[in-house]
Amino acid sequence: MKWAVVVFPGSNCDEDAAGAVRRVTGDEVDMVWHTTRDLSEYDAIILPGGFSYGDYLRSGAIARFSPVMEGVKEAAEQGTLVLGICNGFQVLTEAGLLPGGLLGNHHLQFTCGMVELRVENANLPFTSAYQEGEIIRVPVAHGEGRYYADEPVLDELAMHNRIAFTYQGEVNGSVRNIAGIANDTANVLGLMPHPERAVVEWMDSVDGRRVFESMAAYHAKRGVVHAG
Amino acid sequence: MKFYEVEVKVWLKKSVFDPQGNAVEHALTGLGYEGVDKVRIGKYMQLLVEATDEAAAHDKVKSICDKVLHNPVMETYSYTLAEAAAEVSV
Repeated sequence: MKWAVVVFPGSNCDEDAAGAVRRVTGDEVDMVWHTTRDLSEYDAIILPGGFSYGDYLRSGAIARFSPVMEGVKEAAEQGTLVLGICNGFQVLTEAGLLPGGLLGNHHLQFTCGMVELRVENANLPFTSAYQEGEIIRVPVAHGEGRYYADEPVLDELAMHNRIAFTYQGEVNGSVRNIAGIANDTANVLGLMPHPERAVVEWMDSVDGRRVFESMAAYHAKRGVVHAG
Repeated sequence: MKFYEVEVKVWLKKSVFDPQGNAVEHALTGLGYEGVDKVRIGKYMQLLVEATDEAAAHDKVKSICDKVLHNPVMETYSYTLAEAAAEVSV
């Protein structure tokens, strides 16, 4: 399985994401600069955390116009797994690949630390290694993680089990405590917490490993062999 | 071609909680200012836009606001547009 980690100017969790994939899966990971247009050779694409383009205007607002996002959109349409972590989640909402948006935390502080998440849907390509209802520990680090969407969108997300993770308790003022959501075809997931920072014992949690394990298992089951 | 001075304001939609506005409102109340309500904090942007005429300038600015300067999921915007004085240098 071949993974890409997209690197925007201002990404700062790109190496962590690549390191987590290598540790957990042993797979090959390419760091892909944001000017790259074609991502068709990859089986999974990660948009990492950070502050792409300084988060000027809005988080992810400039990054979404990068050439690489055309490639991400095409790959997503073809069923490639796309995982947006933190700033990557913000970029995916700005790009319209996921509904809603991320606003400044309701308490106005940058929130940084271990939080508890509830796995709401364990049938997604990103969550199959978890149990539904399981409480996991994964760190967050963000100033703008307050998920917002209109009520009809939220109802739609809930009805089709597209809410992947919720916070246990108040973290940033997100509607319905949403921490992560999937698109309608379940191959694009965005979440504010950092699973790549919870993959070995000394990180104080290994609960993030199973995001990458789930993705690898999904790929193996799907049996996709790229022509390239 | 003509030049137009454009001022764009972007706010959070009414349905979206604005923690900055809320914090400032509390501060104002704490400082003794009475009768101050619904404080909302937004963004202000200036643009100098080149276009053949005013209608074309409006089209351009609307497109810029819709596609880039505001996110309709949570924000709304308004703008003003006026032909720039002749001495404007680019």
